[in-house]
Amino acid sequence: MTTLSARFGLTAAATIAALALTGCVANNPAETADKTITVDSSANDCAVSANEAPSGNLVFSVTNSGDQVTEFYLLADDGLRIVGEVENIGPGITRDLVVIVQPGDYFTICKPGMIGEGVGKTAFTVTDSGADLSFSGDIEAQVEAANANYKSYVKDQIENLVVGTEDFAAAYIAGDDNAARALYAPTRVFWERVETVAESFGDLDPRMDLREADLEDGQEWTGWHAIEKDLWPADAEAGFAAYDQSTRESLASQLVADTNTLYSNVQELEFTLDQQTNGAIGLLDEVASGKVTGEEEFWSHTDLWDFQANIDGARVLYEGVRDILVEKDAELAATLDAEFEQLQSLLDAQKVGDGFRLYTELSTSEIRAFSDQVNALAEPLSRLTAVLVL
Amino acid sequence: MSTDETSGLSRRGLLGLAGAGVVGAGLGVGGAFALGAGGGSAATGNDVASTYPFYGEHQSGIITPAQDRLHFAAFDVNDISRDELIELLRDWSYASARMTTGAAAGDYGPASGPYDAPPDDTGEALDLPPGGLTITFGFGPQLFDERFGLAGKRPAALIDLPKFPSDALQPELVGGDLCIQACSDDPQVAVHAIRNLSRIAFGRATLRWSQLGFGRTSSTTQAQKTPRNLFGFKDGTANLRAEDTAGVNEHVWAASGDGAAWMAGGSYLVSRKIRMTVETWDRTSLREQETIFGRTKGEGAPLSGGSEFTDPDFNQTGRDEAPLIDENSHVKLAHPDNHNGAQILRRGYNFVDGNDDLGRLNAGLFFISYQRDPGTQFVPIQLALSRNDLMNEYVRYVGSALFAVPPGASSSSFVGAGLFDLA
Repeated sequence: MTTLSARFGLTAAATIAALALTGCVANNPAETADKTITVDSSANDCAVSANEAPSGNLVFSVTNSGDQVTEFYLLADDGLRIVGEVENIGPGITRDLVVIVQPGDYFTICKPGMIGEGVGKTAFTVTDSGADLSFSGDIEAQVEAANANYKSYVKDQIENLVVGTEDFAAAYIAGDDNAARALYAPTRVFWERVETVAESFGDLDPRMDLREADLEDGQEWTGWHAIEKDLWPADAEAGFAAYDQSTRESLASQLVADTNTLYSNVQELEFTLDQQTNGAIGLLDEVASGKVTGEEEFWSHTDLWDFQANIDGARVLYEGVRDILVEKDAELAATLDAEFEQLQSLLDAQKVGDGFRLYTELSTSEIRAFSDQVNALAEPLSRLTAVLVL
Repeated sequence: MSTDETSGLSRRGLLGLAGAGVVGAGLGVGGAFALGAGGGSAATGNDVASTYPFYGEHQSGIITPAQDRLHFAAFDVNDISRDELIELLRDWSYASARMTTGAAAGDYGPASGPYDAPPDDTGEALDLPPGGLTITFGFGPQLFDERFGLAGKRPAALIDLPKFPSDALQPELVGGDLCIQACSDDPQVAVHAIRNLSRIAFGRATLRWSQLGFGRTSSTTQAQKTPRNLFGFKDGTANLRAEDTAGVNEHVWAASGDGAAWMAGGSYLVSRKIRMTVETWDRTSLREQETIFGRTKGEGAPLSGGSEFTDPDFNQTGRDEAPLIDENSHVKLAHPDNHNGAQILRRGYNFVDGNDDLGRLNAGLFFISYQRDPGTQFVPIQLALSRNDLMNEYVRYVGSALFAVPPGASSSSFVGAGLFDLA
């Protein structure tokens, strides 16, 4: 296990937050004022309160005093390469840029109206504070590789989903309910592993993955869970009538068609680093909100399959950026390694053959242990974006 | 001034408060309650303690400056007669009028009276100033079934709320025949009110659900600073304010021409218990949090620019021509411009009911809104939110109720008299 500070997410990039979390100090953002450089972005100037700062964690607090939407950039000594930026600052709004800066020469510049060359370009010097900020390796290339790898992973999962869904739909239409039940959870795994991507298509997600509880009056219910209820009617309300053949056919064929649409949608997707890191925490939130509570698979109770798949997906995302994280914050990487392991060991303990025990077979204390461990992993995982994407 | 009806609790009400069934002599209470806001408390002599009149054109607790604490209770009426129901409402008004001045629920008070009888007030508010206590009564749709001959009196505006998408209602937290909203700056005073009114009702009505709230989440007057909800954001910046008389008349108070004449000067109360999954919210980046609300977390300014009370500009775009305020942000979906100008008076409170089985805070917002016509005000706003609000990932609607809140009563009558064609 790692140190206390890493467990609380108090990593190098988060020293500001550390102050607020330390005991009973006044909950006053002014605590950090002496470290903060203010920037006044007006109609035609970009007034920075200092032109020099020690290397390390810098906070630029940018206030837009003009009447157009503005942006603020910290540029490298070539005046072109962007070291840090904060965009979309509405008139009157203040927003922070928090960035780790190495010793060297830089420029600050604002861009009211978000077009043109910008205004108030000023030299900014970062002196050597002695802090060790050196990164080895070519981070840019690593990020590019991570983005490309994740794209391949998503396409692969959705390809598997297409094939699995076709088999599942065929069994369901043929009335082979045993086969359909056996295929249900193992097929949904391909959806759940990339759920944050799959559900990002606003029109498809409600058609494919809506839970009955989320319906509004008069809304047609389609997708996986509508079929799930028909296959596991034991927990359905009194008077629930099994679907007739034409309903089965229309639900199954729509699911297959929607899955194919999803397949085409993901072919051209490109990913950025922050989408990946936020995707990882998004998958943990899916576990915390739906799977740990047994609400996702309300009739089949196969929640642990989804749970494992969400974690698989989060781990893939994490592993994809782990090398970069080790460069930037080895302690956080060690924490995440340990917490992923711990969560996996809890899941392993519930494995039965190729699958898992049903949610309804878990004891209260087993569910509680899952929930606690999801929190233990998700809290440090939520620091990932801020550490990696600057 | 006082009549037989208002001079004291009914015998039955006294049975609730004092098992020995002592019929009190009664105070000449009628006019004594016409204390204005800011007046001294009769019970404590504490000039700092504000009181609001119980009797008046409108019930207090609606446009009254929102107090800091809430105890809200919904009741089911027992198998009693129409007359017994009327008697209960009289008793409730009688005791409420006393308690809002800082007096005890019953005539003797918690530390006096027959030595062999239980006191007619439970006592925990003894020595406490009323803290601006208001007690507000409402009638649920179920009250208008066949039991009390009220079917023909049900106002059209008292609809059955539709099922909203993403509702996860728990039946034990839904509905009710009657409701009482007790608000005070002192939580113990609010609890004292509900406790004593519940006691008075024993045998006639029983608690269905109740809710404690703290940290008012809305301002109802311009002088009040906008408070924050448990997501850490200012809540109710664009709320209707009491000073906006025209707005309040248009959006809050029912008028005699609205359908049910007995509701003129009343309003309709929607309550929604909204569980917040604060643990996952706290793991969300500041960028996403502000995107979800469409406002800055610190100042509460719309992301299109300005300060807290600047009107949001939904056409203001940023990088890539994307709107600075997301299409599915809370501020956009709830804005009157997107609902034919519909506005509501929000009067909600934060809650933390301990924790759940998974070690998560059972926390959230107990949403209360007052409006003249829920079907054209609350429902379309909630539908838009339930369908598309980015916030839905972090909230869960677990309780829901709608009540007709009748107008205020004169000091010789009781709240709800008009429903029974009584003066």
